[in-house]
Amino acid sequence: MKSIYIIWSLLICSISFLNGQEKGDVLIKNGTVITITNGVLENHDVYIKDGIIKNIAKDISAPKNVKIIDAKGKFVMAGIVDAHSHIGITTVNEATAPNTAQVWVGDAINPLDVSLYRALAGGVTVSHAMHGSANAIGGECETIKHRYGEIDPEMMRMKDAPRTIKFALGENPMRVHGEGSDIVPATRMGVEQVMRNSFAEAKKYKKAWSDFNSGKTKKPPMYDNRMETMVDILEGEIIIHCHSYRADEILMLMNVCKDYGVNKLVFQHVNEGFKVAPELAAWGAGASVFSDWWAYKFEVYYSTAYNAAILTKNGVLTSINSDSQELIRHLYHEAAKSQKYGDLTDEEALKLITINPAKQLGIDDRVGSIEKGKEGDIVIFNNHPLSIYAIPEYTIVDGVVRFDINEDPTDMRVDIDPEGSIPTYMHTETEDHDRCMQGVSESHNHQH
Amino acid sequence: MNKLHIYISCVLLILCFSDIQAQMVGKGSYGKFLLTNAEIHTVTNGVINGSVLIDNGKIVSIGDVSNSGDATVIDCSGKRIYPGFIDSGTTLGLNEIGAVSLTRDANEIGDFTPQMQALTAVNPNSVLIPVTRVNGVTTVLTTPTGGLFPGTATLIDLWGYTPNQMSTGFQALMVNYPNTGKRGRWDRRSEEDIKKDAEKAIKKLNEYWEKAVSYSKIYATAGDDMDYNPELEAIRPAINKKMKVVINCNSKADILSAIKWIKKNDIDAVLAGVREGYMIADSIAASGIPVITGPILDMPSRASEAYDSAYKNAGVMQKAGVLVAIQTRENENVRNLLYNAGFAAAYGMGTEGAVEAITINPAKIFGVDEMYGSIEEGKVANLFICDGDPFETKTTIEQVFIGGWKIPMESRHTLLYDEFLKRNPGLDEK
Repeated sequence: MKSIYIIWSLLICSISFLNGQEKGDVLIKNGTVITITNGVLENHDVYIKDGIIKNIAKDISAPKNVKIIDAKGKFVMAGIVDAHSHIGITTVNEATAPNTAQVWVGDAINPLDVSLYRALAGGVTVSHAMHGSANAIGGECETIKHRYGEIDPEMMRMKDAPRTIKFALGENPMRVHGEGSDIVPATRMGVEQVMRNSFAEAKKYKKAWSDFNSGKTKKPPMYDNRMETMVDILEGEIIIHCHSYRADEILMLMNVCKDYGVNKLVFQHVNEGFKVAPELAAWGAGASVFSDWWAYKFEVYYSTAYNAAILTKNGVLTSINSDSQELIRHLYHEAAKSQKYGDLTDEEALKLITINPAKQLGIDDRVGSIEKGKEGDIVIFNNHPLSIYAIPEYTIVDGVVRFDINEDPTDMRVDIDPEGSIPTYMHTETEDHDRCMQGVSESHNHQH
Repeated sequence: MNKLHIYISCVLLILCFSDIQAQMVGKGSYGKFLLTNAEIHTVTNGVINGSVLIDNGKIVSIGDVSNSGDATVIDCSGKRIYPGFIDSGTTLGLNEIGAVSLTRDANEIGDFTPQMQALTAVNPNSVLIPVTRVNGVTTVLTTPTGGLFPGTATLIDLWGYTPNQMSTGFQALMVNYPNTGKRGRWDRRSEEDIKKDAEKAIKKLNEYWEKAVSYSKIYATAGDDMDYNPELEAIRPAINKKMKVVINCNSKADILSAIKWIKKNDIDAVLAGVREGYMIADSIAASGIPVITGPILDMPSRASEAYDSAYKNAGVMQKAGVLVAIQTRENENVRNLLYNAGFAAAYGMGTEGAVEAITINPAKIFGVDEMYGSIEEGKVANLFICDGDPFETKTTIEQVFIGGWKIPMESRHTLLYDEFLKRNPGLDEK
């Protein structure tokens, strides 16, 4: 009897330990609270209970045993959301066919990636781990929460976040399939046809199943995982996130989607989005851009760092993303550049990395601002986040402090081998300009 | 492929590149300018309130300057003036579009190409140049990149229609010290192979250097009778300490090894990159060799290193007593020199220290501090007017002067903004 009791209590302990790791309680006192959606509140407290923002007010009395962070003189902001990254996954590109809608990066989550910690140290709590841009239609992506320290891949998923898929236009699919394998697409005309063929095939596939299910036909169609995903796009269950650069190809995909009744569309990179900002706004497509990357390839030569500002001022739902394990560490600074290039207000600039990317990922009811009932994802800065002197000091995910600058050992790897040698120095210069093409081939590296 | 095809391809290529090089920004103006009522951040003499008189390309006087009547007056009330920022390591002017190989001129074939002259291939009409200078970066060291001896770097001002108009006169021999680390994520060599490769490369480096020393000795007596040997001839000024040698090295072991190599060969050297300098800052300081470090906005050098190690690196070395300059190693985004310096400032270097690292420190390192790097009488009029801390993104760089030229504050990026912010026609169909 006694031993059963011990086993039970151990079991309960371990479960509550895990729960405690996943969702925490914390009270942040006397900070300047940048809510994003409800202005800036001076000297306010934010109370997170069981991972959810319970209260935002002055002088919240501390419940027993709750962790308190003194944020006097500091800036408390919603955790940063990166709408385009490739961290926390072991593989990026299934570069074997122009359409690989059947694959899913969620099958390749790597909770041990130290980049997750480095992103946390830059205040990023949620990122969109994307398939690469080798294929016109790539794989499904995974929206992850940076619960770094957990070793179960499942813990990284942002459960119930909408499904998303990577599409890609322009040079990358043209080079990989046209130049690389001598198959369509070798041109932007070809890319359009890959899209149209895929949607047309999906429509046919959907009809074949519906005919079978209604008894109209007797033989079931062949099950096709790739077509299953395509049908889900047609039915609005998956948000398209499309790698794109040039104005013409952006217009092309909007037309294709319109023809097939698809209306969940976010353009990624979209360096020439500024040229078709009125069309993007009228269509209702989102744009997730770099702050200032350009000229690394021909299709981004006619770019401007004023892209985010032009898009925003034309009413396009705009975010700034990293697509880089380096940039993800200072997205607050990338957002700040929209003030240099286009004079966005503080609120407009900060929305680019919080509520706007959350909307683009369909998770704005859960994260992206400090509101009661939302998830307890917070970053606390020593200075205003748009200042060059801003340093993130705490990053909290679901009420659990995942980064604390005062408890920040040099080596933050989870998978240290005590017998292993010190990792070799690795030269990182220009390493980051290529994550979208990771896994394609070495000669194709150094391309987004 | 028949001749017609080749002909058409050539014509297309030429058309294509003439288009690439088209520059649409306006003209500069030259003459006498009086910048009044400014907060002058001289860098070398603190902050002075008053005027700066620019004439004939030079800073003529500072402080209480009366207008002799013929100068164009620019009221700088509430504004600051800084000396033009210097990026101590870029490929600006050499490379245009990263993925288009025929627009990349930084990396010649071969391990031993010290005779390659960066100044030869600087394209004064690169679209990237105006994009850079409107952010207050007036001067860059632009460097060849590949092999052990990639060539000769050149310090250029970002204004002029010929390479010679842009040149400051300073040149440096580049050396890529053999790297005992991985070259990148794609480098799949074993640790043993990496070590072997590095040993081989160091042996090669020494062979080249010894050859150059012998050549130089023989030249001293044989002079023009020497056989044509452009490689060894290019190194000769460095052997005679008439040219500085910028030595790229990044890992802790490589930096220490490079310092020994420099001492052994008695070279007038500058260390560049120095990514893990913070680990051995005292040793670097003791060597007395100055450092060009960066990019600051960079990843930790090892999986086991702190997330902010690259941010802190410059500050740690400077505090240890090293003369530190900052580089971006950038091309199209050299304009982010300000923010590389800004991050160094935020992570320990301080604003003043970071400003020095992109003004007077590089000027000293390159031996051009008589003419560059601060706002002082007699120096070249490279400066800019802004409305606040230049590291803050809210600050506007309002006017840049290079060599006394009031340059157009336009670039492809501003021109596209002007054209497309309120596009006309908007949504109307034809």
